[in-house]
Amino acid sequence: MIPPAFEYLRPKTIPEAIAFLQQYGDDAKILSGGQSLIPMMKFRLARPAYLVDINRISGLSYIQEEGGHLKIGGLTREADLEHSDLVRAKYPIILDTAHVIADPQVRNMATVAGNLAHGDPANDHPATMLALGAQVVATGPTGERVVPIEEFFVSLFTTALQPDEIVTEIRIPAPAARAGGAYLKLERKVGDFATAGVAAQVTLDDKGACQKVGIGLTNVGPTPLKAGQAENFLRGKKADQANIEQAAALAAADAQPSSDLRGPAEYKKALVKELTRRALTRAVQRAAK
Amino acid sequence: MAKKELIRVRVNGRDREAEVEPRLLLVHFIREVLALTGTHVGCDTSHCGACTVVLNGKTVKSCTAFAVQADGGELLTVEGLMKDGKLHPLQEGFKEEHGLQCGFCTPGMLMSSYALLETNGHPSEEEIRWGISGNLCRCTGYQNIVKAVQYAAGKAQGATR
Repeated sequence: MIPPAFEYLRPKTIPEAIAFLQQYGDDAKILSGGQSLIPMMKFRLARPAYLVDINRISGLSYIQEEGGHLKIGGLTREADLEHSDLVRAKYPIILDTAHVIADPQVRNMATVAGNLAHGDPANDHPATMLALGAQVVATGPTGERVVPIEEFFVSLFTTALQPDEIVTEIRIPAPAARAGGAYLKLERKVGDFATAGVAAQVTLDDKGACQKVGIGLTNVGPTPLKAGQAENFLRGKKADQANIEQAAALAAADAQPSSDLRGPAEYKKALVKELTRRALTRAVQRAAK
Repeated sequence: MAKKELIRVRVNGRDREAEVEPRLLLVHFIREVLALTGTHVGCDTSHCGACTVVLNGKTVKSCTAFAVQADGGELLTVEGLMKDGKLHPLQEGFKEEHGLQCGFCTPGMLMSSYALLETNGHPSEEEIRWGISGNLCRCTGYQNIVKAVQYAAGKAQGATR
């Protein structure tokens, strides 16, 4: 399949890229990893007249801790997360997530920022970032603004990003001493989108109660979802089996799946319940370590 | 038609350049412009991995990248594996261990395995299976492909002793 014709623009700097986006508005799309955009162009689901290839902008690929945050650069690839000792040691939930995104070749190209900016509820990082309470740094003509992840996903394939903004960084609060998280996904085969996925991040206090709880859901609604009822229930409570079971049932109630090729809605709700139970259990185990 | 772009790519150790339409996919650049037809187009939707090549040391599905993105880069295709008239240990492994039947997925399998062994010379069976998880084979059931990669890893280990 041959994608539709487009003009190719290759800015060297962020301001140059933003100038192109301002100039061409809705006719322009950012080419980052391209692993969602190029298939969409082949299927004529996207027909941008201009592609702004940001891959040659230097200084946007990094994974580092600074000022109480893990900072992930706008061009950091999924594979970079998998190979990062820092992520491996301190952010196993992110490693879980990166590991089940598409396949090795796609992860070499695909970026974390693109996974969020695409606004696809079937993508995996959104749930994890919701669980972690991440912030998205969007850079536009007037500079940077920080968007809390809870406000980032507006509707199907639509985010809070303006047409002339680029995701230049993702910030994740550094975990407390007794914090842990996990991401679990059921997929039909490697590389498939999730039938459902659940991200859970828990911080325990010194009595073993859940001080902070974040639960994000993949592909069970028009946007990535935060399981608010489940989070509210578990917050302040002991992370024991009974409470985890109850939170899992509430997460299923928070899910809004629709029936499709991957299964009926009822099945997906049951799946969210089970995945939440397992993700919370693993998160608590990791937090207690 | 969109303005053509001049691109320069080092392909299997040789500098190549061409004027290409921006929408030209990397795989079509390789097959049609460079006439290197060892790289296959399978599903054309970034699932099967038959089009896998190594760009700047990393595997990519060349059906899901534009040729212009490879400008200034270094590309390795299956044609570049053989050295001095001798098969690469992986190619030898696929032959010896019956790692292919119809052969359609083989170029992509070889390139994914190549990239795996470049970063991990002694992969476990599980690591091999993860390494080729972006490549589909409908003939072998993967068992002999895993053996072929193990053969090559073993041979490389022997050679460095």
